[in-house]
Amino acid sequence: MDGSELPMNQKQNGFDPAAVEAIAARLKDRPGALMLILHEVQDRFGYVPRDGVPIIAHALNLSRAEVHGVVTFYHDFRHDPPGRNVIRLCRAESCQAMGAVALAEHVRGRLGVGFGETTRDGDFTLEAVYCLGNCGCSPAMVLNDELYGRVSPARFDELLAERREGRR
Amino acid sequence: MSATVYVPRDSSALSLGADKVAAAIADEAARRNIDLRLVRNGSRGMFWLEPMVEVLTAPGRVAYGPVAPADVPALFDSGFLDFDSLAGGKHRLGLGLTEEIAYLKRQERLTFARVGIVDPLSLEDYVAHGGYRGLARALSISAEKIVEEITESGLRGRGGAGFPAGIKWRTTQQAVARQKYIVCNADEGDSGTFSDRMIMEGDPFVLIEGTTIAAVCAGATQGYIYLRSEYPHALRTLNEAIGTAYRRGYLGEKIAGSAHTFNLEVRLGAGAYICGEETAMLESLEGKRGMVRYKPPVPAIAGLFGQPTIVNNVVSLATVPVILERGGAFYKDYGMGRSRGTLPIQLAGNVKHPGLVEKAFGVTLRDLVEDYGGGTFSGRPLRAVQVGGPLGAYFPESMLDLPMDYEAFAAKKGIVGHGGIVVFDDTVDLARQARWAFEFCAIESCGKCTPCRIGSTRGAEVVDRILRISRTTRTGDRAAAMGLLRDLCDTMTYGSLCALGGLTPLPVLSALRHFPEDFGLSRSDVAWAG
Repeated sequence: MDGSELPMNQKQNGFDPAAVEAIAARLKDRPGALMLILHEVQDRFGYVPRDGVPIIAHALNLSRAEVHGVVTFYHDFRHDPPGRNVIRLCRAESCQAMGAVALAEHVRGRLGVGFGETTRDGDFTLEAVYCLGNCGCSPAMVLNDELYGRVSPARFDELLAERREGRR
Repeated sequence: MSATVYVPRDSSALSLGADKVAAAIADEAARRNIDLRLVRNGSRGMFWLEPMVEVLTAPGRVAYGPVAPADVPALFDSGFLDFDSLAGGKHRLGLGLTEEIAYLKRQERLTFARVGIVDPLSLEDYVAHGGYRGLARALSISAEKIVEEITESGLRGRGGAGFPAGIKWRTTQQAVARQKYIVCNADEGDSGTFSDRMIMEGDPFVLIEGTTIAAVCAGATQGYIYLRSEYPHALRTLNEAIGTAYRRGYLGEKIAGSAHTFNLEVRLGAGAYICGEETAMLESLEGKRGMVRYKPPVPAIAGLFGQPTIVNNVVSLATVPVILERGGAFYKDYGMGRSRGTLPIQLAGNVKHPGLVEKAFGVTLRDLVEDYGGGTFSGRPLRAVQVGGPLGAYFPESMLDLPMDYEAFAAKKGIVGHGGIVVFDDTVDLARQARWAFEFCAIESCGKCTPCRIGSTRGAEVVDRILRISRTTRTGDRAAAMGLLRDLCDTMTYGSLCALGGLTPLPVLSALRHFPEDFGLSRSDVAWAG
């Protein structure tokens, strides 16, 4: 899990075919290997490079379509590198009951992007998530790998400012 | 002697700054040359008090909360570490003896007996608090007798479906196969629920023990915990605990000195609500898209990689050790009707005292939301509760006397589900919630069956149409739109392959039935909704 311990902006974004091949070769004989491989590739690069798909498919004796199908089925896997910071905002019922709809509006306004989009300067990617299991402290969000609870618009602005100033 | 201080490592406590509080306490102790043992426990499940710090004293553990890093010097000044007196209890954040806090004292914690009390990563702590007695008993009796105990206990699947665990276990135990599996469903995706997470972060060994007992019973040598990727802290805690269990002979070959072999591994999901459905989860474990399978065959006969597989939720498996230790009859003594034992209920949303309340079945929604929950967080009137996650019904305040019981809920067209209760105040728009139910289904549908894949999107459109007609233009054929919605709900309920499409009409119809005014409708307009 070495890659996942790093904040998003420290992950290596450059695609390295040899690294994908090594990951696939190491894991291919484990039962249900494809999910393991995709997780590890995404941990390493921050996304699943499109050019990695044929390499993984070849290692598992699957078609590229099958691998592509799995990558695109799951919300977590991305084909494109995310921004330097990733914000995952919970939009599910418990958070809705505590103002998540208004918070989402606020966040979109502040960042100038919608869900699934990255700011033009590449600083922030905004993603929707449906429950972080922090429903006792709604609204909840994840900024990079850190979970936050009771996020008001003001609290969000604080966290955003901290990020923009480059401190945690 | 050194002082012992507890600061939770539970995700929710961390989300409110528990790590900073722990660091502040360690720093302050160092500054004052105080020898301090800092234990990172699970949460007691009183989230309005998190980060909640506890100090071990002669009379018992004393709680303080919610603690901010800035409060720490004053806590030291108040003498909160004094073992023999309750001096620190006089600090404004002092809550007295933890066990005496009414919210906790009135609970019946069987599954959650150790959560918040023990160091989650200490096997010694686990064993000292009664751990691995269930496995010891299971190893001393036959597989048939284990099934009998589970059946006798009346335990039903806590993941949401409520299927009797004894029947699943018997089916897999009796199946003849070269390889059998145990799969723990830790894909806790329902909004308003966090009991699985609290178990995994606060008492991981109880889940490992329960899973091991299932393996011993079925003759399974391989187990998987399918964990949602949204729970990174649970992942770390589980992996560390599993590593310890291997080193200490509780996993691997000859577990606990017996002839049994059992290997256990955590596998991560990747953000797909549908993978909480057991057959979609099995597909995902096999490295595929999480597409729901047709049943039969049931997983107990042909599950993971086509082999007999016991699939149970985290809370179900974490309840197995206490049942084996104390017997099915002991567990069955709690509860009402055909809902036996206890349910870890989760209070969430707009509630003053959110948290984990484990109670015997039969406790009413009113007890939970008003007595435990303390009403709404906003202080405004409570308007609705949604019970059982995004596929659960919305109930109005007038129905709060409903007891937590699978059958009582079914009779009112609702579900107990995984035991989550989301509270809404009077600012909620139930028409928007109904539309949301369809939207969520559209986002998370695996796409295999048409009622769910197409019906969800059409459903959101029809709700929009009804609202447009009722609220604004008042033109168009509202009766036709209502008829369409009714047909659509019928088709989804009876024609979907799994509970996602099949239960999405539940929140929609309950919103219409109990809150027609939010749709611009009258009671007579929605008589068809039941």
